[in-house]
Amino acid sequence: MSSTSSLAGAGRKRTGSLAWHLGALLILAVILYPVVWVIGASFKPSKDIVNSLTLFPSHPILSNFKGLADGMADISIWTFFQNSLVYAVGAVVGVLVSCSLTAYAFARIRFAGRNLLFSLMIGTLLLPYHVLLIPQYVMFQKLELVNTYVPLLIGKYLATEAFFVFLMVQFMRNLPRELDEAARLDGCGHLRIYWSIVLPLCRPALITSAIFTFINAWNDFMGPLIYLNEPGKYTVSLGLMMFRDSDGVAANYGGMIAMSLVALLPVLLFFLAFQRYLIDGMATSGLKG
Amino acid sequence: MGTAVTLVKDSVPTTRAARSAATARTGRPGRRRENLAGYLFMSPWIAGFLLLTAGPMVASLYFAFTDYNLFNTPRWIGFDNFTRMFDDPRWQKSVEVTAKYVVIGTPLKLLLALGVALLLAQSRRGQAFYRAAFYAPSLIGASVSVGFVWRSLFSDDAVVDRAQSFLGFHVGGWVGNADWVLYCLVALTVWQFGAPMVIFLAGLKQVPRELYEAAEMDGAGPFRRFWNITLPMISPVLFFNVLLETIHSFQIFGSAYVVSNTSCGPADATLVYTCYLYQQGFKNSQMGFASAMAWMLLLAVALVTAALFWSQKKWVHYEEGAR
Repeated sequence: MSSTSSLAGAGRKRTGSLAWHLGALLILAVILYPVVWVIGASFKPSKDIVNSLTLFPSHPILSNFKGLADGMADISIWTFFQNSLVYAVGAVVGVLVSCSLTAYAFARIRFAGRNLLFSLMIGTLLLPYHVLLIPQYVMFQKLELVNTYVPLLIGKYLATEAFFVFLMVQFMRNLPRELDEAARLDGCGHLRIYWSIVLPLCRPALITSAIFTFINAWNDFMGPLIYLNEPGKYTVSLGLMMFRDSDGVAANYGGMIAMSLVALLPVLLFFLAFQRYLIDGMATSGLKG
Repeated sequence: MGTAVTLVKDSVPTTRAARSAATARTGRPGRRRENLAGYLFMSPWIAGFLLLTAGPMVASLYFAFTDYNLFNTPRWIGFDNFTRMFDDPRWQKSVEVTAKYVVIGTPLKLLLALGVALLLAQSRRGQAFYRAAFYAPSLIGASVSVGFVWRSLFSDDAVVDRAQSFLGFHVGGWVGNADWVLYCLVALTVWQFGAPMVIFLAGLKQVPRELYEAAEMDGAGPFRRFWNITLPMISPVLFFNVLLETIHSFQIFGSAYVVSNTSCGPADATLVYTCYLYQQGFKNSQMGFASAMAWMLLLAVALVTAALFWSQKKWVHYEEGAR
């Protein structure tokens, strides 16, 4: 290659790279704007929040956050957080146990009817949840379990989260079969193989499922809206809804925005800590679908 | 650990090893034991499937043909719920709103996802950073917090309104405007393009480099290369994204409910299907009517899914042996 053409090539490469970064940064600015906005807005007095165009106030105030300490309608903000935490952690435990057991059966045990059950499981992935909503509510109402966390959590303990079963099956199928066979010759049963061999090797899939489950439960709105009707049991999503007025202009607009930010924090922190697991988990779900 | 395993394996009497190998191949008792183990491991899922999926589906089909308000015994009324539904202007409105949302929002979201994935796939420095940042909205987009933020950003005199007025066409806040408010929800779903983008990106990484090099040798330009190589090669991933995103957007609830301040308005402009289902079922205690609505939704989703799977033969290319 002659020196002139390589020089021109380098120049072209540099402008191309510049354009690439400019494009990416432009998208980034639009994507991050709402997040940056809510951070700035939570330090503004209520009357400035909507119509001040400066992202960060020149005189930031803390009163929106201090106001949160007073709670909402006699309920401490921490109650909402505690409730959300109970729901989210309970969901994580359930999904990890029940989905990994189911996935092990699909991936590692040859039993009659496996293929049929697997297609049924994939079918539930596409089923709109709303078809189940009303009969499930009727059932839990008859069992007097409305206004408890049982309706929100029971599905997690019964492996109804088909997406995570699918994710774990994909992962387990890729583990070398020789491991099972060696363990079997040593006299290990399925429970031992599941617990001491497959589970430890599945850690990435388990972490991905755990974090997604936590975030989904934390963000869940429809479940708590339908099943919880006593403010003391509200999760953060429902507690947040108490900040709005019937006309949509919250009396305490600053408090509402500050609470919105605080409610987002756990999810954002999880994301920063585990983004690799989340993105890789998402990415593999689409391959070999 | 490897040596330990081989040591133990060597110490196992050969007769037992031979027997277990034989039963694994042909023996009856082994197979029966495998069946038992399979169903034991599956038992949580089976219980969940019967109790929380199959049972409720049958019940909901039954309720759809009854008059039921949760406290009376369901009274069989035949197809009345369905005829009433088709004549109901609010039901028609909810179908229209949802169809508009799906038809506008999903393609926009996927186009943006594919476009940005193509940009990021050029494998420059910072790709991992951008990928993570663009993905973040998909995690928080469904939260009530973001619903409030959206409501604020799109209200009167807020940033979107000001930018639009600055560009010369004044509409005021989108949130209070029946003609515009749905686009506010569309913007919210498009903002979450990161999840399908990540899947596209993974698909793009699997396209063999040699194909592009060969095409370039043959003088194919970037557009030809995209059309003849990239698109067919990622068509399975495209199919997956179209299927999942379409099914999901049919079921939008939370963001419509929060952005419209629980009213699904103004003037029913954000009355998406599930909002109306919620109002009928849980506000008006019309469990029968709401079940009938749910089955119509299931039917619509099933039809769209079937159509997509049928069309798949024409445009989705699976690699030999990959399936």
